[in-house]
Amino acid sequence: MMKINDLGTTYRSYFHMEDKMKEISIYIHIPFCIRKCYYCDFTSFSNLNEKIPLYMNSLKTELELYREKLLAYSIKTIFIGGGTPSAIEGRYIYDLLVHLYKNFNLSKDMEITIEVNPGTIDKEKAKIYKEAGINRVSIGVQTFNNRLLKSIGRIHEVEQIYESYKLLRKEKIENINMDLIFGLPNQTLEDVLFSIEEAIRLGVEHISHYSLILEEGTQFYNLNKKGKLNLPDEDEERLMYHKATEYLVEKGYSHYEISNYALPGFECRHNLVYWDLLPYLGIGLGSHSYMENKRFFNTSNILDYIEKLGSKLLPIEGEEIINKSTEIEEYCILGLRKIKGIDKNEFKKRFNVEIEDIYGDVINKHIKNGLIIDDGRSIMLTKKGLDLSNLVEVDFLK
Amino acid sequence: MEKIKQENIRNFSIIAHIDHGKSTLADRLIEKTGMLTSREMQEQVLDNMELERERGITIKLKAVRLVYKAKDGNEYILNLIDTPGHVDFTYEVSRSLAACEGAILVVDSTQGIEAQTLANVYLALDEDLEIVPVINKIDLPSARPDEVKKEIEDIIGIDCENAPLISAKDGLNIEDVLEAIVKYVPAPKGDPKAPLKALIFDSYYDSYKGVVCYVRIFEGTLKPGMEIKIMSTGKTYEVQEVGINTSKHVSVDKLEAGDVGYVTASIKNVKDARVGDTITDKNNPTKEALPGYKKVVPMVYCGIYPAEGEDFNSVREALEKLQVNDASLVFEPETSAALGFGFRCGFLGLLHMEIVQERLEREFDLNIVTTAPSVIYRVTKTTGEVLEIQNPSNLPPATEIASMQEPIVTANIMTPSDYVGAIMELCQNKRGKFLNMEYLEEKRVVLHYEMPLNEVIYDFFDALKSKTRGYASLDYELKGYEESELVKLDILINGELVDAFSLIVHKDKAYERGRSIAERLKDVIPRHQFAIPIQAAIGSKIIARETIRALRKDVLAKCYGGDITRKKKLLEKQKEGKKRMRQIGSVEVPQEAFLTVLKYDENK
Repeated sequence: MMKINDLGTTYRSYFHMEDKMKEISIYIHIPFCIRKCYYCDFTSFSNLNEKIPLYMNSLKTELELYREKLLAYSIKTIFIGGGTPSAIEGRYIYDLLVHLYKNFNLSKDMEITIEVNPGTIDKEKAKIYKEAGINRVSIGVQTFNNRLLKSIGRIHEVEQIYESYKLLRKEKIENINMDLIFGLPNQTLEDVLFSIEEAIRLGVEHISHYSLILEEGTQFYNLNKKGKLNLPDEDEERLMYHKATEYLVEKGYSHYEISNYALPGFECRHNLVYWDLLPYLGIGLGSHSYMENKRFFNTSNILDYIEKLGSKLLPIEGEEIINKSTEIEEYCILGLRKIKGIDKNEFKKRFNVEIEDIYGDVINKHIKNGLIIDDGRSIMLTKKGLDLSNLVEVDFLK
Repeated sequence: MEKIKQENIRNFSIIAHIDHGKSTLADRLIEKTGMLTSREMQEQVLDNMELERERGITIKLKAVRLVYKAKDGNEYILNLIDTPGHVDFTYEVSRSLAACEGAILVVDSTQGIEAQTLANVYLALDEDLEIVPVINKIDLPSARPDEVKKEIEDIIGIDCENAPLISAKDGLNIEDVLEAIVKYVPAPKGDPKAPLKALIFDSYYDSYKGVVCYVRIFEGTLKPGMEIKIMSTGKTYEVQEVGINTSKHVSVDKLEAGDVGYVTASIKNVKDARVGDTITDKNNPTKEALPGYKKVVPMVYCGIYPAEGEDFNSVREALEKLQVNDASLVFEPETSAALGFGFRCGFLGLLHMEIVQERLEREFDLNIVTTAPSVIYRVTKTTGEVLEIQNPSNLPPATEIASMQEPIVTANIMTPSDYVGAIMELCQNKRGKFLNMEYLEEKRVVLHYEMPLNEVIYDFFDALKSKTRGYASLDYELKGYEESELVKLDILINGELVDAFSLIVHKDKAYERGRSIAERLKDVIPRHQFAIPIQAAIGSKIIARETIRALRKDVLAKCYGGDITRKKKLLEKQKEGKKRMRQIGSVEVPQEAFLTVLKYDENK
């Protein structure tokens, strides 16, 4: 094993390229978990630990197969998601990142994020992450309420949230996000606000506050179908969202996307790449990519994935060509997720056409419905529009 | 082809209840007579249209000529004339029976006789046909042929001692059926030299030949080049071609008294050669037409609208095409405030209506919205003027109406006696007037009722099926008009009257119907960003009200790690749903809303 030092940072300073180069973001999927949560439908496994070394090797192979394409870009953000990336040994993450730094072009101010779960991280891991150049950590907190944590199938307790947070701060991780969730069974408005208060009290730079989605195939989905899930009603759920937003804004966090809040300058640059419809390459199981007018995604079968890469083949399962009109559609649908909405000038610059020429009727209709505003510079959702954004977005589909 | 003598011709139909095996038996007869090799046999050769096959019913009748060498050593021509098997098509059935001398009565040995079978047997007896009973499905373990034979003897009074016991499915004892036809069905009579008298028992439009008429010659001879006259219209045509049906049309040099075949004469529209009409020789006409011709009139009307306004012309073209082959379908343009431009269409009955709707959607790939079916009401205004109303929207204001009449039918319901109570309750509920009840045997009865047709077309079939677990069968015919206290029930969505939902109902039913429709609409109309009141009203009086709550949340919280495809799929599904919506004011109403309000409510 390579000697642990500040290699990551070193490589990065050596290899960063000129600013003029096209930029790209990289998503890396780590599908392993200690156990599956009741609401989770991500590609993840809690019983395949013996596959970890092979899998991590496959990731490198996959990167290699993209080498030529990737060399046309410089990498501006990396996001290691899961699953639970912190469920595997830190050295795997370190190796992989170093491999990336050594072989590809890097932008100057890279944002490198890893998702961790409380209870899966210790001092050693925090240290090795830092040494691997990781400068942003997203903690899957979900809630600061032990009763609720248990009821949604999380393995950690509140105490471990504080511990993990302290460990990371000690290693000088200066950009920390906490994922919180609301609309859980038996969750009250007080529970929701308490969790937000705690996150703010700790001083996190970023909060993602997600409304529970019942995805088909999850335990919660099945329980709900049997009527066994005591979910807050719609009015209560929206009250949670609005009160939480109000509170966060009051405390200096800007609400910049439907479910995301950040202190000034700490917006997640990686996620903004998705919402701005900029190129990204996803590697790993079930990962999605968008580059060179194509969307494509990998197989979700881990054995398939490993086998394909074993034979030096890309594990792509499907792709879609994104022509200009689809690109416009997606740009708008994603752009509206941002609170500041779609900048009309940027739209014109990118597509060489006024947004009104394409969507004038739709925009007017929803201005009349009170779901969007046109402030002259941008088109954005109103407060009500944020609650009903699907109603608006659906009209942007051709 | 060598001409076979009249005494060796047998013209017959098959009478059977849906599912009792008529089409399968027809297949077997065709197979056994060797007209077609097994390989040529399409399953159920008589039922041509896709729809018919799926529903297991025959809509348009056809005829086929079989050649059979009987055990007596003679060769016989067996003309099998197919009949539709549903209550909506009684008249057409009676005309094809009129073309025959005999009918095979197929009865399912596990089920016994059903109401429609009986109705058709009576039609056959009216035409003096010889009935040849055949007991089918004897291969099934639950077969009870002796009981069923006794039932036929008791109910219809025909001897079943020699009735063939068959399994059409397995091809068992099919020869017995053929022999019985030869033995019991009388040969046709009629003089080939007499003035021509030919009965049209079916007609359809062919784009090359014009209208093709299926005919039975009763007197005289029909030849190409002859000038013929259609007796009801007096129109004359020159015969282009005459022929017979084997597996396809085969032209022959003449058709003579006793024969069954087809004739073409450059007739442009099936309306000019309607079922039941008589063809005669223009230059040597018969004195009298064959009895029984009547122009069938639609009993049930509904509005058919394109789901998308721009399809109006496509719907018209499709209806025109259907009408070319379906003289009983009528339509005229109408407009609805809610649905825009569409057509008011008239049908023989509910099944006929459903068939036309399905054909429009399936064969013409049209997306249509259908309004609630209505019957024809007779309205006498205070001025003395009498109106016939088939569209509830055209009903004059209550103050201008002196009285109203609605069509009444006599309904015969055949059922196992266990369900008599449930059926009586249902009929009472449907404003039925009990006439009498007959025991056919210990466990089976026929109930005779008089009922308003508008109750029958609402959800009576479904209710009857549901209450008797499918065991009851129904047959009805129009009796006449009776005065009735009727009102127009309107539905308001978000304060706007939606004419497509308006109904004419009996005043005692209005409250219940109004409430039930409002409740159902509440379930099928999706929530909007504002609350939507749904009201049922008679005139300006609101009799029921429901509210669809405002939609508070429709947002996807998370766009998973760059998986935009998933998000878009979700939106696309939503969009697909919206396409099937009609915009009524600011409310989007799904097309199924127009149908849901008609469906039978199990919980009622």
